[in-house]
This record gives sequence, C-alpha cells and structure tokens, in this order.
Amino acid sequence: MSEVLEVGISAELAEKIREHGVETYPYECCGALLGKELGATGRAESEAIGAGSSREIRSLHPLVNRRDDSPRNRFSVTAEDVREAEKAARAQGLDVIGWYHSHPDHPARPSDYDRDHAWPWYSYIIVSVHTGVPQDMTSWRLKDDRTGFLEEKISPMKVGVAS
Amino acid sequence: MSVKVMIPTPLRVYAGKRDSAEFSAATVGEALSGLTSQFAELRKHLYTEDGRLRAFVNVYLNDEDIRYLSQEGTPTKDGDTISIIPSIAGGSCENAD
Repeated sequence: MSEVLEVGISAELAEKIREHGVETYPYECCGALLGKELGATGRAESEAIGAGSSREIRSLHPLVNRRDDSPRNRFSVTAEDVREAEKAARAQGLDVIGWYHSHPDHPARPSDYDRDHAWPWYSYIIVSVHTGVPQDMTSWRLKDDRTGFLEEKISPMKVGVAS
Repeated sequence: MSVKVMIPTPLRVYAGKRDSAEFSAATVGEALSGLTSQFAELRKHLYTEDGRLRAFVNVYLNDEDIRYLSQEGTPTKDGDTISIIPSIAGGSCENAD
C-alpha cells in the first residue's frame, strides 16, 4: 500500500518539522501542512479512502499545542487555529492538506487516540523524538471506514518553499 | 427555507467535491440530516455510532458555535449559513497524563 499513497516534501521542510519536534520536546508539537493535491492515480486503494494518491507539501504553518493539561502525549488544534491555517494557505494559493505532530519518546505510528480523532483525506505526518533527538518520520491517511490508517510514502522533493 | 451548509475540505471527497450544499431546514439538526442523507458517506465522520456529533466536529450557525446556542436544535432562518469546522487532535498513546 505504501507505494499507492504518496506525499512529497522537501528536505528543508522535513527538517523544519523535526526541529519543531525537538524544540517542544518533551511535549508534542503540531502544525498544518500546506500544499496541493496532484490528483488520483485511479488505483483501487486510493479510491478506497476517497482521496487522490499524490500530493505535495509546499509550506508549513506551525501551531501552538493547545493541550496544556497533557502536552507530552496529546496535541490539540482548535477550530480557530484551523481557520487561521486555512487563511494562511489561501494567501499562498495553497490548501491545508494535512497536519503534523510529534510523538515524544514513542514510535512514529498512529495511536488509537490518533485514529479516533482523525479526519479522512488529510495527511497526518508523525515524527518520533526520542530523548530530544528526532527519529523516524511517517505519514498516514485515515481509511474510509475509520478502522485504521494507510501509510503513505514520503517522497523527497528537490525544491522547497519557505514557510 | 433554504440553509447553506459549508462542507470542510476533508469531507468534500464524499460530497462530489462540492464545498457547499443547500437544504430546506428549520433547525441546524435538520440541515445536517439533509447533508448526511444526500451524502451518506459523510455520516460516520460527523457522528459517533450512537448518533452524537463527534467531539472534533465544530458546527457554526453563521459565526456562532452551536454549542453556545441550542446545539442541533438551534432554529435556522432563510439565508443562514452553517459551517462545519474541524478541530484536530491526536497523541502518542492511549492515556493522557
């Protein structure tokens, strides 16, 4: 499945996500992924989640984690933050195509809590940060039936756009 | 009376890629019911299995959060706009601190 879904990101922007995770460690960081949907491949699995298979991240919109009661293992982005991220995307001719967050001292795999709170279509990038050092970065999309996530391939892009 | 429902980006794939739809409705709940009847695949992403709006689904009547009005029973009038705005949450493990 990993070759069916794909999200492109420059090394520069991927590094910014890692840096954000290190900066907020041991708390979770979060932010919006701004970019463009490139269209569907017509393959069965991409249709199964009602989404195109390929997209590009062209900018980031870092956010403040609103979960001050449990920031080590939770993140929260309010509706107002979402509106603000959408406004920032529109100003750059882009869309909010997903969200990133860190898992301090946990693997870069979505938890049941992630699944319970996920929206379809969005790309969810997770970066694992162990003892303050960034480790794996993965990306996921919620299945249509909400039973789990499909992993999407993170493809390096050569040209980055500054956030 | 006609009420416009704005569909958020992640749900447009289940609504023929439309960003809005209009329904004849006297309350917010009736408008949302119209939406999920027309686009049945949306329902599981907006509502829990026991029929309650999911916690991360925020519904605004014009610019007012319906949580501070009469929830889904909030009356609507002709020309009103209902917006569904996501909030985003997650975390690394099952139990909060």
